[in-house]
Amino acid sequence: MRREAPRSLADYTPLFFPGLMLIVFFVVPFSTMIAVSFFKRNPSGFYTPDFVIDNYARFLSTFFGGVLGFSLMLAVLVAVCCVAIGFPFTYLLTRRPRRVQTLWLVGLLSVLSLSEVIIGFAWSTLFSRTAGITNLLVAIGLMDKPVALLPTFGAVLTGMVYQALPYTILVLYPALVRLDPTLLEAARTLGASPVRAFFNVVAPALRNTIVATLIMVFVFALGSYLLPQILGRPQHWTLSVLITDQAIYQSNMPFAAAMAVFLVLISLALVGMTLLVGRRENAL
Amino acid sequence: MSGLNINAITKKFGVFAAVDNVQLNVPHGTFVCLLGPSGCGKTTLLRMIAGLEEPTSGAIVLDGEDITPLPTHKRNLGMVFQSLALFPHLSVGDNISYALRIRGASREEQKKRVDELLTLIHLPGFADRPVAKLSGGQRQRVAIARALALSPKLFLLDEPLSALDAKLREAMQVELRQLQQSLGITTIVVTHDQREAMTMADLVVVMGHGKILQAAPPIEIYRKPADAFVADFIGITNLLPAEVDSAGRTTILGTAIPGLAMPAGMTKASVSIRPEDVHLGEPAGGAITGQVSFVRDLGGTIETFIEVGNTSIVAVTTPRERHDVPVGAKVGVVLPPESCVVLGS
Ligand SMILES: Nc1ncnc2c1ncn2[C@@H]1O[C@H](COP(=O)(O)OP(=O)(O)O)[C@@H](O)[C@H]1O
Ligand SMILES: [Mg+2]
Repeated sequence: MRREAPRSLADYTPLFFPGLMLIVFFVVPFSTMIAVSFFKRNPSGFYTPDFVIDNYARFLSTFFGGVLGFSLMLAVLVAVCCVAIGFPFTYLLTRRPRRVQTLWLVGLLSVLSLSEVIIGFAWSTLFSRTAGITNLLVAIGLMDKPVALLPTFGAVLTGMVYQALPYTILVLYPALVRLDPTLLEAARTLGASPVRAFFNVVAPALRNTIVATLIMVFVFALGSYLLPQILGRPQHWTLSVLITDQAIYQSNMPFAAAMAVFLVLISLALVGMTLLVGRRENAL
Repeated sequence: MSGLNINAITKKFGVFAAVDNVQLNVPHGTFVCLLGPSGCGKTTLLRMIAGLEEPTSGAIVLDGEDITPLPTHKRNLGMVFQSLALFPHLSVGDNISYALRIRGASREEQKKRVDELLTLIHLPGFADRPVAKLSGGQRQRVAIARALALSPKLFLLDEPLSALDAKLREAMQVELRQLQQSLGITTIVVTHDQREAMTMADLVVVMGHGKILQAAPPIEIYRKPADAFVADFIGITNLLPAEVDSAGRTTILGTAIPGLAMPAGMTKASVSIRPEDVHLGEPAGGAITGQVSFVRDLGGTIETFIEVGNTSIVAVTTPRERHDVPVGAKVGVVLPPESCVVLGS
């Protein structure tokens, strides 16, 4: 491939369109948000331009610190669950005939078309006492009487894992399809049982992919704000819920903006971390 | 019985039989080459021996024990894959000692065995290198060492040398054969290169369409091919039509070949004769007369192509024994009857 430094302005033209998109859809809104996060709230109206750091200072309370901690913990848990379920599932899927694979992938794509609201209410029905899955368990004699499974932390986790799992699988699929199946067979001829071979060979060979997927699901889960409200108690609410609450119901845009900026910075830090991990791996 | 016994093995994918009722006995310590064109079922047969593919019917018996129901990891065999399948995240030493680690061998044992094997494959001191940094030939050797780590009963290789360039391949063939001889291990190599098979094997098994066409020592396969397919696949040959004429003599291209007898009851057959057995002389009585159409002088050998009617015959001679025949010259072709192999139809 020809690698030369661009010399004239014309050499940069391919960058114009992506550059423009980045400015319009990322730089402008994000700068606005950063600016707003330093504004002063006007209790009777919206906000007035100013430069105060109250919004960030308020954020450093134990309450918001606790919510931030819970949000991060929940997002990590969702990411770990998604990869723990999605990785073996995708691996087994890639061993099936092509037709079966296509059917599953189409099915998963159709789950992606469901909105968070629909997913939330579907699960709240499934977890309810009157119409939920516990009625089935009662019918087959495993339980005495139906119980409500929500609002609980388990319900929030289930809903969010359900929502993120199709993304996880679609991200893992290309890497697993390309994995040389003889790696696993080689391990088996060397005396490893299929399960052991999977953990010794397949998982380490795809370490990079797994890390990248974990971070993607983590960032995705960090932004979820409907499911914790529908399926959980107030103590299960995430930072995204509070941002929505402040921005829409409390009309405190500057504070909402400060929290959002904080969340974005954490997301960016994680993306940076992935890149660093990837670079170290390549340097080996 | 010691050795490998493949008993009426069949593998069907749907209705298509990739391996069709194969029967083969491999005495202990034999080097076998499975030889055949692409798609004839060699890999499938090897994978069934390894337990990576389940036979539709039949049994595989190793040293008197029926191993057909055993899963791969309990079969005690070493296998080298076409892609080599070295573990990319492990060093050379960790690749080689993988089987030992699974068995729970101590660190010292592992190190000792790795050093032993690295010496055996002429790569001493390579234990800590990442596999990605090795050349093609070195990876090949590491894959072989890894497969031999537990001194398996059976050593299986699927086109192990196909990724190497021609020169390195020839050198590795000799090395592999010497290694097998020194270890005395029963070895089965899949190849589609007849030269490779002739170099290494005690027993060449020629396959076609999922069946064994002939299983014999290499020289016998070359000298006495069972049918036209084998004759054509192993080296270069002339396949000529033979007929019994009204006087009861066997004729090739209309010329009687005294001393060549057809099996009783056959009046028409194909005859295989190797190019180096074809003699060229003056166009005289008793010889088949043809016209030289092309001469390929390779320095070490000379290939002369002769047209007889619509049939082409190729003769290979060395520069010393050949008299000069220019393109277009009329020559007499002599086919010594002892070199002619009458093939079943
Ligand atoms: N898993 C499979 N499913 C269907 N057909 C297969 C499968 N594996 C091999 N075959 C078919 O079986 C035949 C033999 O394949 P293979 O043993 O790989 O041949 P070779 O190694 O001699 O080139 C081929 O026609 C191939 O298409
Ligand atoms: Mg093959």
